[in-house]
Amino acid sequence: MTDWIEVAHLDDIPRQGARVVKTAAGEIAVFRTVDDEVFALRDRCPHKGGPLSQGIVHGKKVACPLHDWKINLDSGLAVAPDVGCAARFPVRVVEGRVSLSLTTETTSTDR
Amino acid sequence: MSRMKLVLVGNGMAGMRTLEELLKAAPDMYEITVFGDEPHPNYNRIMLSPVLAGEQTVEQIVLNSRDWYAEHGITLHTGKRVVKIDRKHRFVEADDGTRQSYDRLLLATGSKSFILPVPGADLPGVIGFRDIADVDAMIAASGQYRHAVVIGGGLLGLEAANGLKLRGMEVSVVHIAPWLLERQMDEPASRLLQNSLEDRGLKFLLRKQTAELVRGESGRVCALTFKDGEQIPADLVVMAVGIRPNTQLAESAGLQCNRGILVNDTMQTYDPRIYAVGECASHRGIAYGLVAPLFEQAKVCANHLALHGVARYQGSMTSTKLKVTGIDLFSAGNFMGGEGHEEIVLQDAGRGSYKKLVLKDNKLAGAVLFGDTLDGAWYFELMRDATDVSDFRDKLLFGRHHVGDSGAGGGLGDELSRVMALPDTAEICGCNGVCKGDIIKAVRDKKLFTLDEVRAHTKASGSCGSCTGLVETILAATAGGDYSTAPSKKPLCNCTEHTHDEIRAAIVEQGLKTLPETMRALDWKTPDGCTKCRPALNYYLLCAWPTEYVDDAQSRYINERAHGNIQKDGSFSVVPRMWGGLTNPKELRAIADVAEKFNVPEVKLTGGQRIDLFGIKKEDLPAVWKDLSDAGFVSGHAYGKALRTVKTCVGSQWCRFGTQDSTGLGVKLEEMTWGSWMPHKFKLAVSGCPRNCAEATIKDFGIVCVDSGYELHVGGNGGIKVRVTDLLCRVETEAQVLEYCAAYTQLYREEAHYLERTAPWVERVGLSHIKAKVVEDAANRVALAERFLLSQKPAQVDPWKERTAGELKREFMPLNVIPA
Ligand code: SRM
Ligand SMILES: Cc1cc2nc3c(=O)[nH]c(=O)nc-3n(C[C@H](O)[C@H](O)[C@H](O)COP(=O)(O)OP(=O)(O)OC[C@H]3O[C@@H](n4cnc5c(N)ncnc54)[C@H](O)[C@@H]3O)c2cc1C
Ligand code: SF4
Ligand code: FES
Repeated sequence: MTDWIEVAHLDDIPRQGARVVKTAAGEIAVFRTVDDEVFALRDRCPHKGGPLSQGIVHGKKVACPLHDWKINLDSGLAVAPDVGCAARFPVRVVEGRVSLSLTTETTSTDR
Repeated sequence: MSRMKLVLVGNGMAGMRTLEELLKAAPDMYEITVFGDEPHPNYNRIMLSPVLAGEQTVEQIVLNSRDWYAEHGITLHTGKRVVKIDRKHRFVEADDGTRQSYDRLLLATGSKSFILPVPGADLPGVIGFRDIADVDAMIAASGQYRHAVVIGGGLLGLEAANGLKLRGMEVSVVHIAPWLLERQMDEPASRLLQNSLEDRGLKFLLRKQTAELVRGESGRVCALTFKDGEQIPADLVVMAVGIRPNTQLAESAGLQCNRGILVNDTMQTYDPRIYAVGECASHRGIAYGLVAPLFEQAKVCANHLALHGVARYQGSMTSTKLKVTGIDLFSAGNFMGGEGHEEIVLQDAGRGSYKKLVLKDNKLAGAVLFGDTLDGAWYFELMRDATDVSDFRDKLLFGRHHVGDSGAGGGLGDELSRVMALPDTAEICGCNGVCKGDIIKAVRDKKLFTLDEVRAHTKASGSCGSCTGLVETILAATAGGDYSTAPSKKPLCNCTEHTHDEIRAAIVEQGLKTLPETMRALDWKTPDGCTKCRPALNYYLLCAWPTEYVDDAQSRYINERAHGNIQKDGSFSVVPRMWGGLTNPKELRAIADVAEKFNVPEVKLTGGQRIDLFGIKKEDLPAVWKDLSDAGFVSGHAYGKALRTVKTCVGSQWCRFGTQDSTGLGVKLEEMTWGSWMPHKFKLAVSGCPRNCAEATIKDFGIVCVDSGYELHVGGNGGIKVRVTDLLCRVETEAQVLEYCAAYTQLYREEAHYLERTAPWVERVGLSHIKAKVVEDAANRVALAERFLLSQKPAQVDPWKERTAGELKREFMPLNVIPA
């Protein structure tokens, strides 16, 4: 069973943007796409740890602010040819309220 | 759900490239079957020349191994020639009877060597130069026979001749024209080439027409007779007199052909289910015979096969290089000149070098280079971009290095020719630490063909770009030939087909006022753009509608969104403005207080005459700014594509040589220009006399004070590639300096491409263009300056102050904190 923790209202996150949730286990970036889809990833780029929350969100991707790797929001995987993965966290939006679970989902990196 | 069936006929470079692009775009859409009549998997045909020359092996030039087809679930039929297309029942049939049905059919049958219809052309020992079988036949002959004759002195013929010579044969090249490569070169360059090939032992028979190939006792060819009756021995005859597109199959299926299978801009034939790409296709009357344009076609075709339906192929410009190791030759465009053309020629027979540039209407129309071809790519760019070269015409011939080159690094001339001699461990890209060996490995393993692909995979030359030339050289030497793609125009990014200029014009002409509106009006291919186009569009809209446009923070790079420079650990730096580099004890005290209060880890004087506070956490930024703002500081925009600093020297206030008040003028200039968003960063400087202590002649706009007034300098850069400014003009008063500065800045803001600094912009549009708009046309200057000042009204609001409280502060605060 998933433990949902309510973290914000959807409007608190800018469209095509992200905000950060601080947890004891590190920072989590919560993204909102142009179509109001919400995703959550560990706020660390698989390249050199750049804060993904600070990148430009386009489509279902975010571009890391440090060296411009593109990370898929739905899988956490870096867009080829780059290889790497940022941990995903389950998120859901119910009546505009965004909730997060702190159990990470893993995505296999070998494709 | 059953997948659609795609059949590819022609297992060669263009067809397979299309499949690779298709797999990237829509990996699971089709069940794919490939027919190829050669017994091999897809290989790099252009590397047959190095294979013949013994520089590479057949194994090294395989592009898609059989395993690759298996891994991607593609059924591969090698050694099977498709002989029939049944369009009604939608299947193809091969010569062994294999049938395969299709929903979409892709024809990429390439071409075959044209064999002169002379008596004896069908004798054993007479071949073309097209595939591995031909190369095998040549290598076998070289072990057994002595005399080789190559008919045709074009690129292929010369590469064949060179290879056969290296394999130990006596080689004669027969050519009907008065000089070699007459379609790529003019006579003087061709003579130099001929000399250097003769030095290698090749023989040339020019203006000679073949009448007959003579059968020897063994049944094999033994000699060649010319129309004039002369005869030469020939145990091997290689015909390299041209190629003919393989269209029989398409024709027999009733598809329209005319020297190629006719296709439209989406690479579709007359049957909408059938596409054609590569040498077999005729697009707008042209069947291309080089790889670069074919790869562009492949991209477009894949886009349509993937049902994205947005790309169009609009033709290509091509250039040629000869792949004979040790001989450098480049040609492009109209190199013969003619009515209305002018020529610039440099000929140095001693050094064996020749350069000819053909100009028309102050633009480069064609180029032939022999000996020193380093600048080929640059000339090609100038041709494609139709750059007006009048301002550097005197230096054009000497190459990019002499013109200032603010683009990709010059100054590497000697290194470039040595690059292939470098060890694999030599660092090529200093920004990303990429070595030569890494690049070669990536090119080989990942089958990279273009500079963009090398950038994507290795990051080499992806940052500051100064090693671009080196990377291109390594790429060309590893992948063979010259693959630099040259679309007839260069779109802003992959989300659109429009160029920067087209987009800027459309925004103004169609009155487009928001990002989504612009993307819709200009048929953007992606729902909300990418990291390249969004910041550019945001700037273009801001520049076009300064008083109306609402800035889109989410389309700004983090530094501009957060108004600080992001650091490698995710913290930020803060640089407050110090007008003209002046400060005082009160300001210094305020900075010291902030540094102490927020435990700022490092305080540093910048190269721009001000103070940088490093390592500030994002959530502390608003508080830091509040303190600075209370002390009277505003943001220094050290993070933005914006006005950065105005560097000044002491000037007439104190300096014994000062001619004018350079410090005071600098402050005025900074007060006028601060806050302005630009295509790229913009720096000013004012020096009090020609000793130029403020380094004004490497700034975007620099002023050197002289006794009689002010010299205005433009287009300087002190960064990656140093470029000294051009003198714009001299003026007499401070008021004039301010007006000219405002006008020039606005012209740059309105005309430059996003991320193009003034140095490359000045080189692209030409100093005379800028003089015409800013110096010679007083009314235009005033209008430009007024538009600049108008745009400054809403721009000169301190972004820091705005964010110390209220809605905008949100960006800096965590969304939530979940305690342990
Ligand atoms: C802080 C400073 C170095 C210093 O400690 O002195 C600096 C720091 C950076 N420079 Fe610079 N440059 C600094 C003066 C310069 C100068 C000297 C000058 O302005 O007189 C130059 C050469 C002059 C010029 O621009 O023509 C300079 C040429 C560059 C370039 C190359 C620009 C070019 O067109 O070639 C880059 C890369 C770029 O902009 O793409 C760059 C980029 C950078 C970036 C923004 C790199 C980045 O993207 O993170 C650095 C940000 C560090 C930070 O977090 O603050 N920096 N940089 C200087 C800030 C000046 C200021 O007060 O605003
Ligand atoms: C020696 C040599 C050197 C070259 N050097 C350069 C260079 O330096 N730079 C450059 O840009 N270009 C160069 N080229 C040209 C370049 O190789 C071609 O433009 C390119 O390979 C064409 O690709 P394609 O897919 O259209 O045709 P191909 O690569 O020829 O592929 C077509 C394939 O289809 C097969 N086929 C044809 N009909 C059928 C059928 N009915 N059924 C099944 N299979 C069929 C053919 O056998 C062939 O394998 C060179 C060519 C040669 C021969
Ligand atoms: S401050 Fe400038 S020169 Fe120094 S490392 Fe950063 S970008 Fe390079
Ligand atoms: S840290 Fe993200 S791209 Fe380098």
